[in-house]
Amino acid sequence: MVTLTIDGREFRTEEGKTVLEVAGENGIDIPALCHHEEVSPYGACRLCMVEITTRRGRTRLVTSCLYLVEEGLMVKTDTERVRNVRRMVIELLLARCPDSEVIQDWARKLGVSGERFRSEEGNLKCILCALCNRVCQEVVGVSAISLANRGVERRMTTPFNDFSEACIGCGSCAYVCPTGAISFEDVGDTRTVAMPHVNMEFKLKKCAKCGKYWAPERQLEYIAKIAGLSPEEFEVCPDCRE
Amino acid sequence: MKRLGSPKELETLRRSVTSQRDPKRLCITICSGTGCHAYGCEKVTATFTEEIGKRGLEGKVDIRATGCHGFCERGPLVVIRPKDIFYQRVKVEDVPEIISETVLNGKIIDRLLYADPNTGQKIISEHEVPFYKKQKRFVFGSNGYIDPTSIDDYLAVGGYSALAKALFKMSPEEVISEVKKSGLRGRGGGGFPTGVKWESCRQAKGDTRYVICNADEGDPGAYMDRSLVEGDPHSVIEGMIIGAYAISSHQGYVYVRYEYPLAVKNVELAIKQAEEYGLLGENILGSGLNFSIRINRGGGAFVCGESSALMASLEGKPGEPRAKYIHTVEKGLWGKPTTLNNVETWANVPLIINKGASWYAETGTENSKGTKIFSLVGKVNNTGLVEVPMGITLREIIYDIGGGIPKGKRFKGVQTGGPSGGVIPESLLDLPVDFDELNKAGSMMGSGGMIVMDEDNCMVDIAKYFIRFLEGESCGKCVPCREGLKRMREVLDDITDGNGKEGDIELLEQLSAALVDGSLCALGSTAPNPVLSTLRYFRDEYQAHIKDKKCPAGVCKALITYQIIEEKCPGCGLCIKACPQEAITARGKKQPVVLDQEKCIKCGACYDVCKLEAIEVR
Repeated sequence: MVTLTIDGREFRTEEGKTVLEVAGENGIDIPALCHHEEVSPYGACRLCMVEITTRRGRTRLVTSCLYLVEEGLMVKTDTERVRNVRRMVIELLLARCPDSEVIQDWARKLGVSGERFRSEEGNLKCILCALCNRVCQEVVGVSAISLANRGVERRMTTPFNDFSEACIGCGSCAYVCPTGAISFEDVGDTRTVAMPHVNMEFKLKKCAKCGKYWAPERQLEYIAKIAGLSPEEFEVCPDCRE
Repeated sequence: MKRLGSPKELETLRRSVTSQRDPKRLCITICSGTGCHAYGCEKVTATFTEEIGKRGLEGKVDIRATGCHGFCERGPLVVIRPKDIFYQRVKVEDVPEIISETVLNGKIIDRLLYADPNTGQKIISEHEVPFYKKQKRFVFGSNGYIDPTSIDDYLAVGGYSALAKALFKMSPEEVISEVKKSGLRGRGGGGFPTGVKWESCRQAKGDTRYVICNADEGDPGAYMDRSLVEGDPHSVIEGMIIGAYAISSHQGYVYVRYEYPLAVKNVELAIKQAEEYGLLGENILGSGLNFSIRINRGGGAFVCGESSALMASLEGKPGEPRAKYIHTVEKGLWGKPTTLNNVETWANVPLIINKGASWYAETGTENSKGTKIFSLVGKVNNTGLVEVPMGITLREIIYDIGGGIPKGKRFKGVQTGGPSGGVIPESLLDLPVDFDELNKAGSMMGSGGMIVMDEDNCMVDIAKYFIRFLEGESCGKCVPCREGLKRMREVLDDITDGNGKEGDIELLEQLSAALVDGSLCALGSTAPNPVLSTLRYFRDEYQAHIKDKKCPAGVCKALITYQIIEEKCPGCGLCIKACPQEAITARGKKQPVVLDQEKCIKCGACYDVCKLEAIEVR
């Protein structure tokens, strides 16, 4: 167990937790765009930065999603230095994704205007937080999408920018995407996963009982395979199962 | 070759190598570093070999293709030892004469000597050449004497004696303590105390530990690590084995960029030779230490010089950094304790073990010990690699060793520390060069790049150049670096294009602060240095661009015009021929020419050809 202070409040907690986790557990709100508890921390968006002073007396900014609690740590989540980084991050993201409502909301909250940089055109919403490819790799386990290229050329994409053969159409990427850059929609017997660069269509399975289309066939095949179940187990939808 | 089973066998082998060598026998050493290769040293070497053969001098005169001697400006370099006769810019045609005159008759060939540009005096001995005189070549010294492809050459200059000493006369703790006492700090840029790093790694929990040599040198214009690995690979390997013994590691890696083919080749060969001699592999010199080294070739991404990105790349993942709140000495390569040091750091280790920490610490300043190799390039007469004691002043490096600024131009600044270093102005020329002083001046040691700039360099343009470089090399993982560098470059583009506006300087400063505080790795957090340092020392120049729409150095095309000075122009027409736009027309005999500003693309061709200084930049 270690004792640390966050914004003047003292907490006793287990070792191995991150500052962001402990803050969250105690109702202290630290903003973050690339964090999700189901995937490994990444430290890319830099919104969750906090100012720490270690027991040795060294003060610096760290990302709270990656920094582990330690004895005697003093954390301040809202200093001028922290706010400056957050404001600039949002100002930069607003220039990148001027049409993203999520980023616009953040900009309003932090008092950031979009005048100082040239806004990108093309309704780009992806902020390259990599939540989609982390969830695809770590949680789903198929690695259907990934980041490509370096620096300003970097983008999230599928192999050859085309339909990803590995994709099972589960939609987890859309679920974790903080800005709605990836979305999906089920119409009739088809699910369309809309990526910024490609739309991918998946045939949905029809429930043998109620006739409702309830999940992508590829996803069900994948689940059957990794769980060692017979495909017949998925003939009926969860609602019709007895 | 039987593997050496003990230090005694190593010494016996060394004696047998040296006994076959007559120190008085003439040896023609030809610099075969990458710079001299570009000048055609290979043909020069081949011609020497041919001539020696033709005249039946084999066995009487040795030829040795060595690593880089450092004075790249004057290549190909040939030094005839033991007399140290220094010939520069040697061409294939010069070779027969060198043999017949100098080698056979001891006569000096005047035209091949180096002439001091200030006094005009011809200099015969390598050691007397001003470029070398003020240097202290502790680490780089063997480069000019040994053939990097010959382990026997390395043994002849005492190679692997430090390893034997460490393995048999010192405990790992004593090795660490010696390195700590020496004050050696990481030569890759960070300047972290090497001994402390080793100690933390040795104490870190875990059974498997790794040793890595970072040879991913990527700063534009810097090539000291390249020259060390190419020219003296065994010194780096010896340092790594000593490090492996100190931290208790069995596996090492050399991460070297693929664009360094000669470095890859020479280090590959050196590893093979060391394995054959029993200096690598199982039971090294009979000490019980097992240690192997593998080579990994990097794809050339600048960011892979950052330790955590390098390790990711070694693991086969994209070369992206991670937060190092848990240090790589605890969790590095494959999550195991790892000691990563730069090429030059490793090459310092045998020296410290052999000569002792107190000898080593005699050189340098209070907190920066030993020497540092810099690659001195840009607007300086003597470009090349220089090894100098820490604490030497910039003035000594640039004027005494570098021979000052060409064409009588005025010194303006020197960029130290590579693209993420800073520009140091004329007022700080007497700054002693060490880790802390450079940091205080807003720059850094970095891996040792030193780019000299004169009055014709625009500081806004320079800052833009480095920011553009870093923008292209940012891995793109974190927002401040990826998006921030792009925006910084856009602001700098605006300023140099004449579209700068009130508030741009403040915006650059705010962006810089966000990058310093907010970036994931050192690439981003140090990237604003070129902007911050030029703002600190050359703010006027930014203001001239923004407010007066002028580029005082005459560089930024949007802000300058070329003008004919009518009184000076006799209408010779050289500029008319040079102009690719047909923007210059003659007015008649002995009449000044006319330049049409509408057609002018400001390429500067007219300015360059005019011998009468009748064209000016405004």
